[in-house]
Amino acid sequence: MADESLFEFLHMEIVSHIFNEQQSSKGEMDNKDRAACISLLEAMGFRVGQGLIERLTRDTPSFKDELDIMKFICKDFWTKVFRRQVDNLRTNHQGTYVLQDNKFALLTQFSSGKQYLDQAPKYLAFSCGVVRGALSNLGLESVVTAEVSIMPSCKFQVVIQKL
Amino acid sequence: MKCFNYPLYIRSVPSQNELKFHYTVHTSLDVVEEKVSAVGKSIGDQRELYLGLLYPTEDYKVYGYVTNSKVKFVIVVDSSNTSLRDNEIRSMFRKLHNSFTDVMCNPFYNPGDPIQSKAFNGIVSGMMVQTG
Repeated sequence: MADESLFEFLHMEIVSHIFNEQQSSKGEMDNKDRAACISLLEAMGFRVGQGLIERLTRDTPSFKDELDIMKFICKDFWTKVFRRQVDNLRTNHQGTYVLQDNKFALLTQFSSGKQYLDQAPKYLAFSCGVVRGALSNLGLESVVTAEVSIMPSCKFQVVIQKL
Repeated sequence: MKCFNYPLYIRSVPSQNELKFHYTVHTSLDVVEEKVSAVGKSIGDQRELYLGLLYPTEDYKVYGYVTNSKVKFVIVVDSSNTSLRDNEIRSMFRKLHNSFTDVMCNPFYNPGDPIQSKAFNGIVSGMMVQTG
Protein backbone atom coordinates (compact mmCIF):
# COMPACT_ATOMS: atom_id res chain seq x y z
CA MET A 1 0.00 0.00 0.00
CA ALA A 2 2.81 2.37 0.85
CA ASP A 3 4.35 1.97 -2.63
CA GLU A 4 1.64 4.11 -4.16
CA SER A 5 2.31 7.01 -1.84
CA LEU A 6 6.02 6.88 -2.65
CA PHE A 7 5.46 7.97 -6.19
CA GLU A 8 2.71 10.42 -5.28
CA PHE A 9 4.96 12.22 -2.79
CA LEU A 10 7.88 12.21 -5.19
CA HIS A 11 5.70 13.63 -7.93
CA MET A 12 4.40 16.39 -5.66
CA GLU A 13 7.95 17.35 -4.74
CA ILE A 14 9.07 17.35 -8.37
CA VAL A 15 6.27 19.72 -9.34
CA SER A 16 6.87 22.03 -6.43
CA HIS A 17 10.65 22.00 -6.96
CA ILE A 18 10.37 22.94 -10.60
CA PHE A 19 7.98 25.77 -9.87
CA ASN A 20 10.12 27.06 -7.03
CA GLU A 21 13.26 27.03 -9.18
CA GLN A 22 11.57 29.08 -11.83
CA GLN A 23 10.18 31.49 -9.27
CA SER A 24 13.41 32.14 -7.36
CA SER A 25 15.28 33.30 -10.43
CA LYS A 26 12.61 35.76 -11.43
CA GLY A 27 10.62 36.64 -8.36
CA GLU A 28 7.37 36.84 -10.31
CA MET A 29 5.74 33.98 -12.23
CA ASP A 30 4.20 35.00 -15.50
CA ASN A 31 2.44 32.81 -18.01
CA LYS A 32 5.58 32.14 -20.00
CA ASP A 33 7.38 30.80 -16.93
CA ARG A 34 4.42 28.67 -15.99
CA ALA A 35 4.34 27.26 -19.51
CA ALA A 36 8.07 26.50 -19.33
CA CYS A 37 7.61 24.56 -16.10
CA ILE A 38 4.73 22.60 -17.51
CA SER A 39 6.78 21.71 -20.63
CA LEU A 40 9.63 20.55 -18.42
CA LEU A 41 7.32 18.26 -16.48
CA GLU A 42 5.80 16.96 -19.69
CA ALA A 43 9.22 16.24 -21.16
CA MET A 44 10.16 14.23 -18.06
CA GLY A 45 6.98 12.24 -18.41
CA PHE A 46 7.75 11.64 -22.07
CA ARG A 47 11.06 9.91 -21.39
CA VAL A 48 9.50 7.86 -18.59
CA GLY A 49 6.65 6.81 -20.88
CA GLN A 50 9.11 5.61 -23.52
CA GLY A 51 10.97 3.36 -21.11
CA LEU A 52 7.81 2.12 -19.42
CA ILE A 53 6.13 1.06 -22.63
CA GLU A 54 9.19 -0.93 -23.64
CA ARG A 55 8.90 -2.96 -20.45
CA LEU A 56 5.15 -3.32 -20.54
CA THR A 57 4.85 -4.47 -24.15
CA ARG A 58 7.65 -7.00 -23.93
CA ASP A 59 5.35 -9.98 -23.83
CA THR A 60 2.22 -8.71 -25.51
CA PRO A 61 1.37 -9.67 -29.08
CA SER A 62 1.51 -7.03 -31.85
CA PHE A 63 -1.19 -4.40 -32.01
CA LYS A 64 -3.51 -4.62 -34.97
CA ASP A 65 -4.30 -0.92 -35.32
CA GLU A 66 -4.53 2.44 -33.60
CA LEU A 67 -7.69 1.58 -31.71
CA ASP A 68 -6.05 -1.56 -30.38
CA ILE A 69 -3.15 0.53 -29.10
CA MET A 70 -5.52 2.99 -27.39
CA LYS A 71 -7.41 0.14 -25.75
CA PHE A 72 -4.14 -1.23 -24.44
CA ILE A 73 -3.30 2.20 -23.02
CA CYS A 74 -6.70 2.42 -21.36
CA LYS A 75 -6.59 -1.01 -19.80
CA ASP A 76 -3.20 -2.62 -19.20
CA PHE A 77 -1.05 0.50 -19.28
CA TRP A 78 -3.36 2.59 -17.10
CA THR A 79 -3.65 -0.29 -14.62
CA LYS A 80 0.09 -0.68 -14.29
CA VAL A 81 0.78 3.03 -14.00
CA PHE A 82 -2.28 4.50 -12.29
CA ARG A 83 -3.67 1.37 -10.66
CA ARG A 84 -7.07 1.46 -12.33
CA GLN A 85 -8.53 1.33 -15.81
CA VAL A 86 -9.77 4.29 -17.77
CA ASP A 87 -13.52 4.59 -17.19
CA ASN A 88 -14.50 5.84 -20.59
CA LEU A 89 -12.84 5.96 -24.01
CA ARG A 90 -14.42 8.01 -26.75
CA THR A 91 -13.17 8.58 -30.26
CA ASN A 92 -14.19 10.25 -33.46
CA HIS A 93 -12.39 7.49 -35.38
CA GLN A 94 -10.27 10.13 -37.00
CA GLY A 95 -7.36 10.22 -34.62
CA THR A 96 -8.88 11.99 -31.61
CA TYR A 97 -9.46 10.05 -28.40
CA VAL A 98 -10.79 11.17 -25.04
CA LEU A 99 -9.85 9.06 -22.03
CA GLN A 100 -11.87 9.72 -18.92
CA ASP A 101 -10.67 8.64 -15.52
CA ASN A 102 -13.16 9.38 -12.76
CA LYS A 103 -10.75 8.89 -9.92
CA PHE A 104 -7.36 9.87 -11.25
CA ALA A 105 -4.67 8.51 -8.96
CA LEU A 106 -2.62 11.68 -8.77
CA LEU A 107 -5.60 13.92 -8.01
CA THR A 108 -7.47 11.95 -5.35
CA GLN A 109 -5.64 13.59 -2.46
CA PHE A 110 -6.47 17.12 -3.59
CA SER A 111 -10.21 17.43 -3.23
CA SER A 112 -13.50 15.90 -4.33
CA GLY A 113 -15.00 18.95 -5.88
CA LYS A 114 -13.84 22.28 -7.16
CA GLN A 115 -11.31 23.24 -4.53
CA TYR A 116 -7.75 23.62 -5.88
CA LEU A 117 -9.03 23.24 -9.45
CA ASP A 118 -6.61 25.90 -10.71
CA GLN A 119 -3.63 23.94 -9.38
CA ALA A 120 -4.59 20.75 -11.15
CA PRO A 121 -2.86 21.36 -14.54
CA LYS A 122 0.56 21.38 -12.88
CA TYR A 123 -0.03 17.92 -11.56
CA LEU A 124 -1.30 16.53 -14.81
CA ALA A 125 1.61 17.59 -17.04
CA PHE A 126 3.82 14.67 -16.08
CA SER A 127 1.07 12.14 -16.76
CA CYS A 128 0.34 13.70 -20.16
CA GLY A 129 4.01 13.26 -20.96
CA VAL A 130 3.95 9.63 -19.90
CA VAL A 131 1.05 8.90 -22.26
CA ARG A 132 2.71 10.80 -25.10
CA GLY A 133 6.00 8.95 -24.58
CA ALA A 134 4.27 5.60 -24.52
CA LEU A 135 2.41 6.33 -27.77
CA SER A 136 5.54 7.67 -29.40
CA ASN A 137 7.43 4.46 -28.85
CA LEU A 138 4.52 2.48 -30.21
CA GLY A 139 4.83 4.45 -33.42
CA LEU A 140 2.16 7.09 -32.86
CA GLU A 141 3.09 10.75 -32.62
CA SER A 142 0.46 12.60 -30.63
CA VAL A 143 -0.47 15.64 -28.63
CA VAL A 144 -1.85 14.87 -25.18
CA THR A 145 -3.68 17.39 -23.04
CA ALA A 146 -5.70 17.02 -19.87
CA GLU A 147 -8.58 18.89 -18.36
CA VAL A 148 -10.36 18.72 -15.06
CA SER A 149 -13.76 20.13 -14.24
CA ILE A 150 -14.50 18.26 -11.02
CA MET A 151 -11.79 16.58 -9.01
CA PRO A 152 -10.69 13.84 -9.02
CA SER A 153 -12.22 13.09 -12.38
CA CYS A 154 -10.15 14.11 -15.38
CA LYS A 155 -10.18 13.78 -19.14
CA PHE A 156 -7.11 13.21 -21.27
CA GLN A 157 -7.41 14.20 -24.88
CA VAL A 158 -5.10 12.44 -27.32
CA VAL A 159 -4.82 13.71 -30.87
CA ILE A 160 -2.78 11.46 -33.14
CA GLN A 161 -0.63 13.40 -35.56
CA LYS A 162 -0.82 12.07 -39.08
CA LEU A 163 2.46 12.64 -40.90
CA MET B 1 4.80 7.06 -38.47
CA LYS B 2 8.55 7.37 -38.54
CA CYS B 3 9.83 5.95 -41.80
CA PHE B 4 13.55 5.87 -41.36
CA ASN B 5 15.64 2.96 -40.20
CA TYR B 6 19.11 3.37 -38.88
CA PRO B 7 21.16 0.93 -36.86
CA LEU B 8 21.35 1.44 -33.13
CA TYR B 9 23.89 -1.33 -32.78
CA ILE B 10 25.91 -3.64 -35.03
CA ARG B 11 28.41 -6.29 -33.92
CA SER B 12 30.04 -9.08 -35.82
CA VAL B 13 32.67 -11.75 -35.40
CA PRO B 14 35.22 -11.52 -36.98
CA SER B 15 34.90 -7.74 -37.06
CA GLN B 16 36.58 -7.16 -40.38
CA ASN B 17 33.43 -8.33 -42.17
CA GLU B 18 31.35 -5.66 -40.49
CA LEU B 19 30.71 -3.60 -43.63
CA LYS B 20 29.36 -6.62 -45.47
CA PHE B 21 26.96 -7.25 -42.60
CA HIS B 22 25.80 -3.63 -42.60
CA TYR B 23 24.70 -4.19 -46.17
CA THR B 24 23.08 -7.56 -45.49
CA VAL B 25 21.16 -6.18 -42.54
CA HIS B 26 20.03 -3.11 -44.44
CA THR B 27 18.56 -5.11 -47.30
CA SER B 28 16.88 -7.54 -44.92
CA LEU B 29 14.95 -4.57 -43.51
CA ASP B 30 12.78 -4.55 -46.64
CA VAL B 31 11.73 -8.13 -46.00
CA VAL B 32 11.05 -7.22 -42.38
CA GLU B 33 8.77 -4.34 -43.43
CA GLU B 34 6.90 -6.68 -45.74
CA LYS B 35 6.30 -9.19 -42.97
CA VAL B 36 5.26 -6.52 -40.49
CA SER B 37 2.55 -5.18 -42.77
CA ALA B 38 1.35 -8.72 -43.44
CA VAL B 39 1.05 -9.54 -39.72
CA GLY B 40 -1.73 -7.03 -39.26
CA LYS B 41 -3.97 -9.19 -41.44
CA SER B 42 -3.28 -12.49 -39.72
CA ILE B 43 -2.82 -13.55 -36.09
CA GLY B 44 -0.93 -11.07 -33.95
CA ASP B 45 2.37 -12.71 -33.17
CA GLN B 46 5.22 -10.39 -32.51
CA ARG B 47 7.94 -12.75 -33.56
CA GLU B 48 9.04 -13.40 -37.08
CA LEU B 49 11.67 -15.91 -37.91
CA TYR B 50 13.76 -17.01 -40.71
CA LEU B 51 13.46 -14.36 -43.37
CA GLY B 52 15.08 -16.85 -45.66
CA LEU B 53 18.28 -16.83 -47.65
CA LEU B 54 18.58 -13.32 -48.97
CA TYR B 55 21.73 -14.09 -50.92
CA PRO B 56 21.66 -17.59 -52.37
CA THR B 57 25.33 -17.26 -53.24
CA GLU B 58 26.46 -16.27 -49.80
CA ASP B 59 25.08 -18.95 -47.52
CA TYR B 60 23.83 -16.83 -44.67
CA LYS B 61 20.68 -17.35 -42.69
CA VAL B 62 19.06 -14.12 -41.65
CA TYR B 63 16.53 -14.04 -38.80
CA GLY B 64 14.38 -11.10 -37.87
CA TYR B 65 12.39 -10.02 -34.80
CA VAL B 66 10.29 -6.90 -34.30
CA THR B 67 9.20 -5.49 -30.96
CA ASN B 68 5.98 -3.61 -30.33
CA SER B 69 8.01 -0.45 -30.26
CA LYS B 70 9.05 -1.06 -33.86
CA VAL B 71 12.65 -1.85 -33.01
CA LYS B 72 14.03 -4.51 -35.29
CA PHE B 73 16.60 -7.12 -34.36
CA VAL B 74 18.44 -8.98 -37.10
CA ILE B 75 20.71 -11.98 -36.54
CA VAL B 76 22.94 -13.22 -39.36
CA VAL B 77 24.29 -16.73 -39.03
CA ASP B 78 26.63 -18.75 -41.18
CA SER B 79 24.70 -21.44 -43.03
CA SER B 80 27.36 -24.00 -42.30
CA ASN B 81 26.35 -23.69 -38.67
CA THR B 82 23.42 -26.08 -38.88
CA SER B 83 23.46 -26.91 -35.19
CA LEU B 84 21.51 -23.74 -34.34
CA ARG B 85 17.87 -24.66 -33.82
CA ASP B 86 14.74 -22.56 -33.91
CA ASN B 87 14.32 -22.35 -30.12
CA GLU B 88 17.90 -21.25 -29.71
CA ILE B 89 17.37 -18.39 -32.12
CA ARG B 90 14.12 -17.51 -30.32
CA SER B 91 15.88 -17.48 -26.98
CA MET B 92 18.64 -15.31 -28.41
CA PHE B 93 16.04 -12.78 -29.53
CA ARG B 94 14.41 -12.97 -26.10
CA LYS B 95 17.71 -12.15 -24.41
CA LEU B 96 18.36 -9.32 -26.84
CA HIS B 97 14.90 -7.90 -26.22
CA ASN B 98 15.30 -8.09 -22.44
CA SER B 99 18.68 -6.43 -22.67
CA PHE B 100 17.31 -3.73 -24.93
CA THR B 101 14.48 -3.05 -22.48
CA ASP B 102 17.07 -2.49 -19.77
CA VAL B 103 18.96 -0.07 -22.03
CA MET B 104 15.73 1.86 -22.66
CA CYS B 105 15.14 2.25 -18.94
CA ASN B 106 18.62 3.61 -18.34
CA PRO B 107 18.22 7.35 -17.71
CA PHE B 108 21.56 8.05 -19.38
CA TYR B 109 20.38 6.57 -22.64
CA ASN B 110 18.63 8.86 -25.09
CA PRO B 111 16.23 6.88 -27.28
CA GLY B 112 17.47 6.98 -30.87
CA ASP B 113 21.14 7.22 -29.97
CA PRO B 114 23.57 4.41 -30.79
CA ILE B 115 23.69 1.93 -27.94
CA GLN B 116 26.85 2.19 -25.87
CA SER B 117 25.85 0.21 -22.82
CA LYS B 118 28.51 -2.21 -21.56
CA ALA B 119 25.87 -4.55 -20.24
CA PHE B 120 24.28 -4.79 -23.68
CA ASN B 121 27.71 -5.38 -25.25
CA GLY B 122 28.31 -8.16 -22.75
CA ILE B 123 25.08 -9.97 -23.57
CA VAL B 124 25.78 -9.77 -27.30
CA SER B 125 29.39 -11.01 -26.92
CA GLY B 126 28.16 -13.87 -24.79
CA MET B 127 25.83 -14.98 -27.57
CA MET B 128 28.35 -14.58 -30.37
CA VAL B 129 31.12 -16.53 -28.71
CA GLN B 130 28.69 -19.35 -28.02
CA THR B 131 27.72 -19.74 -31.64
CA GLY B 132 31.31 -19.58 -32.86
